Amino acid sequence: MSFYFRTLTYKGFYMKTLLIFLAVIAVIISTNKSLAAQNFVFCMEGSPSSFNPQLVTDGVSMNSSAQTVFNRLIDFKHGSTEITPGLAESWTVSKDKKTFTFKLRKNVAFHSNAFFTPTRMFNADDVIYTFKSQLDTKHPLSIPAANYEYFKAMELDQLIADVKKIDEYTVAFILNRPEAPFLANLAMDFASILSVEYAQSLIKSGKGLKTLETAPIGTGPFVFKSYQKDSTVRFKAFDQHYKGKPKIENLVYVIVTDSTVRLQKMKAGECHVMSEPQPQDLDQIKTFANAKLMSTEGLNVSYIAFNTEKKPFNNIKVREAISMALNQKSYIDLIYRSQGTAAKNPIPPTMWSYSNATAAHTYHVENAKKLLAEAGFPDGFETDLWTLPVSRPYLPNGKKLGELVQADLAKIGVKVKLITFDWPIYLEKSRKGEHQMIQMGWTGDNGDPDNFMNVLLGCSAIKAGSNLARWCDKDFDTLMQQAKENSNQKIRTDFYLKAQLVFNKQKPWYPVAHAKLNKVISDKVTGYKIDPFGHENFSSVDLK
Amino acid sequence: MSFSVIRLIPGDPIMHIIGERGASEEQIATIKKNLGLDKSVVEQYFIFTKKALVGDFGESIVSKQPIISEFKVLWPATFELALFAIFWSSIVGIILGMLAATKRNSIWDYGAVSLSTIGFAMPIFWWALLVIFFFAVQLGWFPVSGRVGVEFEIPYRTGLYLIDSLLSENKESFFSVLKHLMLPAFVLGTVSLALIVRVTRSAFIDIQKEDYIRTARAKGLRPLQVIFKHIFKNALPQILTALGLAFGQLLTGAIMTETIFSWPGLGRWIIKSIEARDYPAVQAGIFYSMLIIILVNFFTDELIKIFNPKLKES
Repeated sequence: MSFYFRTLTYKGFYMKTLLIFLAVIAVIISTNKSLAAQNFVFCMEGSPSSFNPQLVTDGVSMNSSAQTVFNRLIDFKHGSTEITPGLAESWTVSKDKKTFTFKLRKNVAFHSNAFFTPTRMFNADDVIYTFKSQLDTKHPLSIPAANYEYFKAMELDQLIADVKKIDEYTVAFILNRPEAPFLANLAMDFASILSVEYAQSLIKSGKGLKTLETAPIGTGPFVFKSYQKDSTVRFKAFDQHYKGKPKIENLVYVIVTDSTVRLQKMKAGECHVMSEPQPQDLDQIKTFANAKLMSTEGLNVSYIAFNTEKKPFNNIKVREAISMALNQKSYIDLIYRSQGTAAKNPIPPTMWSYSNATAAHTYHVENAKKLLAEAGFPDGFETDLWTLPVSRPYLPNGKKLGELVQADLAKIGVKVKLITFDWPIYLEKSRKGEHQMIQMGWTGDNGDPDNFMNVLLGCSAIKAGSNLARWCDKDFDTLMQQAKENSNQKIRTDFYLKAQLVFNKQKPWYPVAHAKLNKVISDKVTGYKIDPFGHENFSSVDLK
Repeated sequence: MSFSVIRLIPGDPIMHIIGERGASEEQIATIKKNLGLDKSVVEQYFIFTKKALVGDFGESIVSKQPIISEFKVLWPATFELALFAIFWSSIVGIILGMLAATKRNSIWDYGAVSLSTIGFAMPIFWWALLVIFFFAVQLGWFPVSGRVGVEFEIPYRTGLYLIDSLLSENKESFFSVLKHLMLPAFVLGTVSLALIVRVTRSAFIDIQKEDYIRTARAKGLRPLQVIFKHIFKNALPQILTALGLAFGQLLTGAIMTETIFSWPGLGRWIIKSIEARDYPAVQAGIFYSMLIIILVNFFTDELIKIFNPKLKES
C-alpha cells in the first residue's frame, strides 16, 4: 500500500478509484438477467393478510388464497356474475324453498404439503366442516379468536339453521327463511372448501389451527408454496386438479405497493399481469410496446349520500336541487378520465335487474336554483361534504371530486365545506351518521342486487351503519324483503326494477359513477380474462 | 413513548378491519375482546410493559402473526439496504470530501459540495422514481424493484440475502441480489452523502493547518502519503461520528425508499402498520428502531476510541 501511495499522483488516484467503481458496476449489470420462462408473474398492489379465505375480506388476500388454492361448491363463471357448478355437480331446492340439497363431485383431490398428505378425496365431511366451523364458534375445529367477519356480514350465521350430511357425496343446507341470494353467497370466497382432515391433523400435531393462515390446503388449481412477507407469494400448478392441470408451472405474485413503480415494472417487462393502474397513467399505457390495457365494467358504484335524518336534506326538494346542480359529466371526464360510466341507479349496469326506465341526472343550474327557492332556501345554505380520504376502486380521488362539487354548488348559493378524516375514523364517524353529505362507494360481493340495494339502502342498514343516507322508505324496504324471499329471478327482477324507480324519485343519494376495472397485460400472455369481481384466476392462462 | 404515540393518533384498528362492509355492535365487541382492546388504556399499558420487558410484543392485529417473527424477517432487509447505502456513500463521500479539501475553492470543491447538497435536498421519492425510470426502464441495467429475481427462491437463514444467496443451492442468485440492491442503496445513500462530504471536508481543512502536517510535508512525503497516513487517520474520529448520525438518518430515509422499491423491510412495515392502527406492530417498530440507533451510536463511539486514544483516557 505505501508503495502504491508513494508513486501515485492525485489525479491518478482519483481516476483509478473512479475506474474501479465503474468496473464493479459494469460487472454487476452484465450478469445474466432473464425472466425465466416458466414463471408467471402477477404484480399486485398489496400484501395478503392471511391465507385462510374464511378470515379475509380484502381482494388481495382473496386472490392469493380463495381464487388460487381453493374451490367452492358453486363458482362464478370467470368473467361474469353468473353462477355455475363447482365442487357441487348439481343442486335441488325444496318446495318450501328452505332446503338446498347439493350433489358433490367425486374424485377431487386435496393438495399436500411438507407436513400433510391427504388420505382420501374430497367428500361431504369437508363441506360440513367448512360451514359448521364458521356457523358455530363452539365447534371443535372453529378457530378460537376468529370472528368470520365475511360469513357474518352476509348474515349466513342467521340464515343457515343446519348443514346435514345425507351420504358421502350429498349435503343439505337447511335455512331459517327462504333466501334467494343464498346460492350466489356460496360462490363467494369465504365459502371456499377446506379439508377437515388437514384441520384435524394440525390439532393432532400441535401446530394448531393458526397454521391454516400460513399454509393453506385446498383443491384449487395451484398449490401454495411459500410467502415471503411483503415481497412474493409463490404457487405451483396442481397436477391433480379436477379441471386439469393449469398450463403455467410456477405462479408468482409480486407485491409492489406504489402504483407508479408497478407501472415501471410492467414497462420493464418484469410483470405479466399488473393490477390497479391509476387513471392518470392510462394514456401512457396505450403507448406501451409490450403490453396492453384490459377493461371491464366493475361491480361497483360511487355515490354522494345525503343524510336524510338531518335538515335540510330531509327535504326531498333540496336533494333534487342539489342533484340538478351537479355536473356529472365533468366528474366522469376529470376524475375517472373516461374510465367510468355515469351512474343513475344504485346498481351497476352489468348486474341483472338494472333499470333503464329511471331518469338520468339532469344538469340545470337555473332549475336547481328555483327548486332550492321553493324548498325555502332562496339564498342557499351552508353545509359540509365529507371527501373520501383514500383511493378506492370505485373512486380514485375523493378530494378532487369534493372540489368540483364545491364549485358546482357554489353556483346555486350552497356553500360547501370539505371535511375529511383518516380512513378508519371516516368509517367510524359516518356509521354514526355524523355527516351531512358524504362520498362513499361499494364493490359487490356476490353479484346479487340485494347486496347493493338492501345492504346500502334498507331500513335495517341504518342501525348496521351501512345506510349512509339514513333513509328508510317503507315501499322500498317492502320490495327488498319480497325480492329476497323469492328464488325466481324473473319475479325478483320486477321487484328490483320497481325499487329503483322509488330510489330515483326519492334521491337519497346522488349516484356518481361505476368505475371500470383495469388490468395491464403483457403481450406474452394468452387466455387471460378480466373479471367483474376483480378475481384473478390464472388456471387457463399461458405464456407465448 | 412508543405505546402512547400511536394511541394518540385518532382512529380505531377495528374500523380498518371492517371497511365499508360494516359489522354489528356485538361483532365489534368480540373483535375488541379478542384483541385485548376492551380493557382500559392503563391496563393495556401495563400488559404491554410487562410483556415488552421480556421482548414479547404480542401479535400483529392485521396479520395475527407474532411481531417478533415478522421483525426477524423484515429487519435484515432494512439492515442490508442501510449497510450498503452507508458503504457506498462513505466511500464516495470521503473521496469527494478529500477532493474538496485538497483543492479548496476550486471547481472541484464547489462541484463536490453542491452535488452532495443537491442530493440531500432532493425529495427522496422523486429521486427514486427518476432513478428507476432512467436506470431500470430506459437503460434496463437494473431491476425496478424487489430484493431478488422471481426465478430465485432463497431459503431464510440469516435474512441477509447477500449471505443467504451464497448459502442457497443456486449461487447465481447472489448477482441477482446485488443487482436488486444497487438502485435502492444508491437512492438511500444520497441522503447521507452530503453529511459525509461536509464533515470530511471540514475535518481535512482543519487538520491540514496543523503543525505536524507541515512537518510531514517538510520531511518530503508525497501528498497522498500525507493524506492517508496523517490527515485521514486524524480525521477518522470525526467521520465516524458523522457515520453514526447518518445511520439514524438512513432509517428515516428507508421508510420512503422501501415503499418505492417494494423493499420488504422495517420502514415499509411501520408505515403500513400506522395506516392500519396496528398498535402492537407500531410499538415494536418504534422500540426496535430506537434500540438499533442507540446500538449503532454506541458501537461508533467505541470505534472512535480505538482511533483516538485521547478520548479513552478522559
